[in-house]
Amino acid sequence: MLKRMRYQLAVFFAVIGPGFITAVVDNDAGGIFTYSQAGAKYGYLPLWTLLPITVLLIVTQEMCSRMGAVSGKGLSDLIREEFGLRPTFLIMAALVAANLTNVMANFAGVASSLELFHVSRYISVPLAAVAVWLLIVKGSYARVEKVFLFACVVYVGYIVSGVLVKPDWKEAAIYSVKPVLIMDPGYITMLIGMVGTSVAPWMQFYLQAAVVEKGISARDYAESRIEVIVGCIVMSVIAFFIIVACAGAIWSQKPQDIQNATDAALGLKPFGEYAYLLFCVGLFNASLFAACILPLSTAYTVCEGLGFESGVNHTFRTAPVFYWLFTFLIVVGGGVVLLPGFPLVKMILASQVINGILLPFVLIFMIMIVNKQRVMKEWTNSPVYNLVAWGAVVVMIGLTLALVGITVRQMVS
Amino acid sequence: MPETILYLTELVGLRVFDLKRRTLGRIKDAAIVPVLDPYRVDRFLIGSSYSWLAIRHDQVRQISLDGIFLADEQLTPYHADEYMLRLVRDLLDQQIIDAQGRKVVRVTDMTFRVAAVNGHDELRVDEVDIGMRSILRRVLQGALPRRWIRLLQSPIPPHSIPWTLTDILEPDPQRRVRLNITYRHLEEMHPADLADIVENLSPEDREAIFETIDSEVAAETLSEVEPDIQASILESLETEKAAEILEEMSPAEAADALNELEEDTKAEILDELDSEPKSEVEELLEFHEKSAGGMMYTEYIALPEDANVATALAAVREKTELLEFQNVLLLVDRAGKLKGVVPLARLFAAEAEKALRELAADDLIHVQTGARENQITELFDKYNLITLPVTHGDGRVAGVITADDVISVLRQR
Repeated sequence: MLKRMRYQLAVFFAVIGPGFITAVVDNDAGGIFTYSQAGAKYGYLPLWTLLPITVLLIVTQEMCSRMGAVSGKGLSDLIREEFGLRPTFLIMAALVAANLTNVMANFAGVASSLELFHVSRYISVPLAAVAVWLLIVKGSYARVEKVFLFACVVYVGYIVSGVLVKPDWKEAAIYSVKPVLIMDPGYITMLIGMVGTSVAPWMQFYLQAAVVEKGISARDYAESRIEVIVGCIVMSVIAFFIIVACAGAIWSQKPQDIQNATDAALGLKPFGEYAYLLFCVGLFNASLFAACILPLSTAYTVCEGLGFESGVNHTFRTAPVFYWLFTFLIVVGGGVVLLPGFPLVKMILASQVINGILLPFVLIFMIMIVNKQRVMKEWTNSPVYNLVAWGAVVVMIGLTLALVGITVRQMVS
Repeated sequence: MPETILYLTELVGLRVFDLKRRTLGRIKDAAIVPVLDPYRVDRFLIGSSYSWLAIRHDQVRQISLDGIFLADEQLTPYHADEYMLRLVRDLLDQQIIDAQGRKVVRVTDMTFRVAAVNGHDELRVDEVDIGMRSILRRVLQGALPRRWIRLLQSPIPPHSIPWTLTDILEPDPQRRVRLNITYRHLEEMHPADLADIVENLSPEDREAIFETIDSEVAAETLSEVEPDIQASILESLETEKAAEILEEMSPAEAADALNELEEDTKAEILDELDSEPKSEVEELLEFHEKSAGGMMYTEYIALPEDANVATALAAVREKTELLEFQNVLLLVDRAGKLKGVVPLARLFAAEAEKALRELAADDLIHVQTGARENQITELFDKYNLITLPVTHGDGRVAGVITADDVISVLRQR
């Protein structure tokens, strides 16, 4: 009995990584901004959305990690095998475009978080880009994953800063489970934004690829599923503390719009140097982390789908497309942040649109593949689970398309 | 570009004309029947208005980019046939093994040669295409005229593998026989290369390969594969097959592989082993994996202290395969206790009658079975060892640890 438990615990630690990292990186610079804004403008009201977000995340992520463990193949591999090259190619092209703008947003996050510490972006961004590049190009998968897991730990800073702000815990607890809908267009838009951005196409590809790369097999799957679920919950807990921190610090003084995540950090300043510092460090860490993962994941996915050699265990010579694509994403993603007058906000909105259009295709392909007996053997969805999964996918697609509509209107006006 | 070649992307959708040059339909797929001829396209499948028809290769008169002209229009309806390898359905976008590059690749397109045989044209599979050029063809297929695509692709260098140097992956054993699929290229590869390939495949393809290839090759390959993949392969195989492969491995390697398995599977496979390897393996399983006992080989050359050089040389000749990893022979007393080591190199410079005792190294460096990994790697480093003898508590020889084991240990850190 004890031996069995020890074995399972050992397996759990052996499979830890993919699910955790994917879920946590979901709180990148863009995510932190969304949650900060929600807290600053509407206080504790939006907290209830975190519960459904967690469920949506778990359902979508679980299917990907199961597909990876059972088939031993990445999502882009499977899409190609089951649906052919042309759909794969189009998805890959859209993914590169969406992720490139995401990388830009995160390098912008690196720049603005360090500017709070009076570091010029002309120093911080090139340094960050070089650091990210070296980590991936010179590291092995095992080492890179250790660095990533360490980056996950830094997110604890948000929990601490949330506590330091001394928010109203009773309110927070009540609104975490009490859905509040008010017919205010701003509020509705914000809810859609929170849910709509919670599942991004790149996550599905990254998670599945990471599960495969780690060699997690169907027999370790039970532990891997726990890892995915714990990861999604941790992500929501972090989001909770970001909202609560901003609600306690900014909304309780005066509900207001904030322009970016650094505004939120500044709003925390009256509550002590530490709350402010931790928030800034968290933002920097999240941005840098996402700036690592996004290019890496994009290069992986594209090369896998189109049949080029890929993986950090290769070299520039044996996997040229992989490394050049990775380098391109970092150089361009970091470079534009340094260009004065570059329409970054427009690009980020555009990326939201591309992501929103791409997501339905990815989710539908996913759910079709996960139900193919030929690919999944006895691991296909059960009828009940399928109902939940289709429900989640339909909700996700509906909200994402609503977000696309809102974003397009915003871009036009 | 001469029209003596044709791509699969061009073949699909090509019009088929009857004797009066009326269109019968368009090509949907083509099949080879490997038991008849592994190169010739044996059947062309066309989709006419209501059902699919099959064209035999000898019913074709001429094949060009303008269409396929028949010599005989008595076509038969297409029936699924287990002996047919359908190129679009079974090969396109699937993984195959490139024996030349020793890696797994994904089929993007195929190149045929158009050859005139007895006055009518035949298609013979020439190459499997991967890389940019074939991706371009696939993406534009059907969207642009075939000749335009040929012009557009000409600046891109081709990337192809000769059809003769590929092995097809097929998890279904019956179909493997019917399609005449063998893994002869794989069997000829270096086991380490084959292990790399296997690690990149899906679990079911791994199983297919290990089921099919020769047990000896399978054993050599399995010992090169990473431990957790080793375990999943052994678990997927029939118990008898797994035991057969383990018997081909050295007892030390077999024990390592078994150690990765769950208790039940381990016991089942152990039961299936022949009695001699079984007792040796069971003995080794008693040791902790990360101790000298868990790392050591049980095959080595040991001679009585009073033996001479001539005897030693004779013994060495009997076991030349051990010399690849070991560079000493062990001297033991009557009870089997370790008394000294003789570097093999010294044998060659010595006279035939010289006693081995006189050639022994001054320092007798050895460890006991319980010694830990760290201590062992330190000894290898400090004394520049290639072979390190391991003894039981009472001084009897248990086995030897070789430098390649130490390298594996260090790499896994």
